[in-house]
Amino acid sequence: MDNLLRLAWRNLWRNKRRTWLTVSAIAFITVLMVFLITLQLGSYDLMIDSSLRIFTGQMQVQREGYLEKPQIRTVIPEAQAVAQRLRAEPALDQVGVAVRAQAFALASSANRSFGVQVVGSEPEFEPKVSTIPHQIKTGRWLKDLHAQEAVLGSTLAQNLRINVGDELTLLGAAMDGSVAATVLPVVGIFESGMIDLDRVTVTLPLATFQEIFGLGSNAHAIVFLAPDLKQLPALYTEVERQIPPTPSLVVLNWERLIPGLKQLTQADWTTGWFMYIALIAVVTFSILNTFIMSVLERTREFGIMLALGATPLRIGSLVFTETVFLALLGLGIGVGLGLVIAGFLSVYGFTYPGLKELMGQYGLPGLIYPQLSAVSILLGPAVILAFILVAALYPALRIRKLEAVEAIHAV
Amino acid sequence: MEPNTVVCHQVTKVYRQNSVSVHALTDINLEIPKRDFACLSGPSGSGKSTLLNLIGGLDKPTSGEISVDGQRVDQMAKSELAALRLHKIGFVFQAYNLIPVLTARENVEFVMQLQGLSAGDRRDKAMQILKEVDLTGLENRRPAELSGGQQQRVAVARAIVSEPSLVLADEPTANLDSKTAQALMELLVHMNTDHNVTFIFSTHDKLVMDFSRRLIKLHDGKIVEDKRRE
Ligand SMILES: Nc1ncnc2c1ncn2[C@@H]1O[C@H](COP(=O)(O)OP(=O)(O)O)[C@@H](O)[C@H]1O
Ligand SMILES: [Mg+2]
Repeated sequence: MDNLLRLAWRNLWRNKRRTWLTVSAIAFITVLMVFLITLQLGSYDLMIDSSLRIFTGQMQVQREGYLEKPQIRTVIPEAQAVAQRLRAEPALDQVGVAVRAQAFALASSANRSFGVQVVGSEPEFEPKVSTIPHQIKTGRWLKDLHAQEAVLGSTLAQNLRINVGDELTLLGAAMDGSVAATVLPVVGIFESGMIDLDRVTVTLPLATFQEIFGLGSNAHAIVFLAPDLKQLPALYTEVERQIPPTPSLVVLNWERLIPGLKQLTQADWTTGWFMYIALIAVVTFSILNTFIMSVLERTREFGIMLALGATPLRIGSLVFTETVFLALLGLGIGVGLGLVIAGFLSVYGFTYPGLKELMGQYGLPGLIYPQLSAVSILLGPAVILAFILVAALYPALRIRKLEAVEAIHAV
Repeated sequence: MEPNTVVCHQVTKVYRQNSVSVHALTDINLEIPKRDFACLSGPSGSGKSTLLNLIGGLDKPTSGEISVDGQRVDQMAKSELAALRLHKIGFVFQAYNLIPVLTARENVEFVMQLQGLSAGDRRDKAMQILKEVDLTGLENRRPAELSGGQQQRVAVARAIVSEPSLVLADEPTANLDSKTAQALMELLVHMNTDHNVTFIFSTHDKLVMDFSRRLIKLHDGKIVEDKRRE
């Protein structure tokens, strides 16, 4: 069988220029796919990472059932103490850990009212799990755990016609069902870049919140943010091991917290592949054309082989092998170049005009780092290979119809 | 009397193209005994190639029976024909017989390779036969680096190397000058006697016919003369 390989390899170089052109075409589409796919996956990472950094965090501990039905009494008891213990864990050294309490309320200014989400945050730890404390447009972030003050989203402030120094009235239901009401001065207005957040969020110091809503030492979420999303699986196991067994607390990763985020990337991924498949198909067709040419111009030679007793299957295998060589050569070069480019960009990052400015405005990085993994690098080339091999079947199968006499008389 | 290598009985071949039908061969009856060295002669279009192709199982007769070594070629399936050609029949065509990317030796080895011989055996046999056709020293040249006569010698070596029952050569000298043609014919005669192989070749060259021991003349698809010339 090594002779078939040798014959196929030599046949490949009968028309050097054509072979190199075909190899280049395959290499080009391969580089393009490696570049586009690693970058696309990298952009999802950036998008997900950025979205999570704004408010949700990568992971949260909640009381079981709170995610499905966020009622004020579905609490984590002694939440700050639990968080404090977790912060002391060496494994969570680099991880931001912050406690939050949350409730719905009616927010009113002098002449307007809106339904809002009130968030009780730890002023000291919140900056480690959220960009909001860093994105104060006017005024300042919350001073300390017990301060009687509020920070709210820019759209909400606009809607309420309220500014720093004005007073904000909150009216809601406390944990025991009684009325929770307070008036707080606005000390800061933030603009997170996430419209929904800027329109409905009012942030208070956690202790103030607990007092207003009769929460005691309870809270609703412990939010986690690791420097890198890749650390999440390890973090998840660690936190799951550390949280108290009773009452039933659950560790929820971001996919559970915001399922829409994953779906968004999946939808984009699907649309992306429509384009990729179209591109690959176009290149495959042009390659198929040269395959067919190279077979047709050897009709007589194949006729001689048939006369000598070679089976059409064997000649078909020969032609198919030639294509496999061609494809592997192009894919090899393409993957090599693609790796160099993706590797370079994974160090220095990739950006396009405007991206950095747009993201930077909200305290987010504007550089896309291609996702370098076996899947992200080899997926494109694998699809290309599959297309080429299927295309290569066509000339190989056509040879089965070759008639020796006619073939020998072909010029 | 030797057993017959080839027997043709009432062989007719009609080519149909659209509405036109060409009677390439009509009622051919022919017996070629083992070790024969027969020449099919006749003008262009007389049916020489058609007859050789039918005997070699490259094409099927419209009617009639053809046997090679007692096996009915006209009734065989394609795969059986491929096996028959591989093991029993050698072919030499007019020109461009060789696989261009293989050296002379590799071309000779090609058939043995299909037969599944070991690399060592192939090599030894190929070197031996190339010596017999006087190509020692040129084993590693590719066809493009050989003259027309040398190429035909390689083709003859390839046809003979696995000792088939029958070698069919369709105008093997047509592209050669007369001196080279004569040398090639001398080689074929040699092969016929040394290797006990039956030869059927075609030509319309008087000089080449003179080498044969039996001259079969075709005209318009019929045998018009069949004589031994001992
Ligand atoms: N594939 C074919 N289709 C139609 N007619 C053919 C075909 N091959 C040969 N012929 C015709 O059959 C006759 C015999 O051809 P051929 O056997 O090639 O003669 P020769 O080899 O003696 O020159 C010629 O008239 C030729 O035109
Ligand atoms: Mg002819």
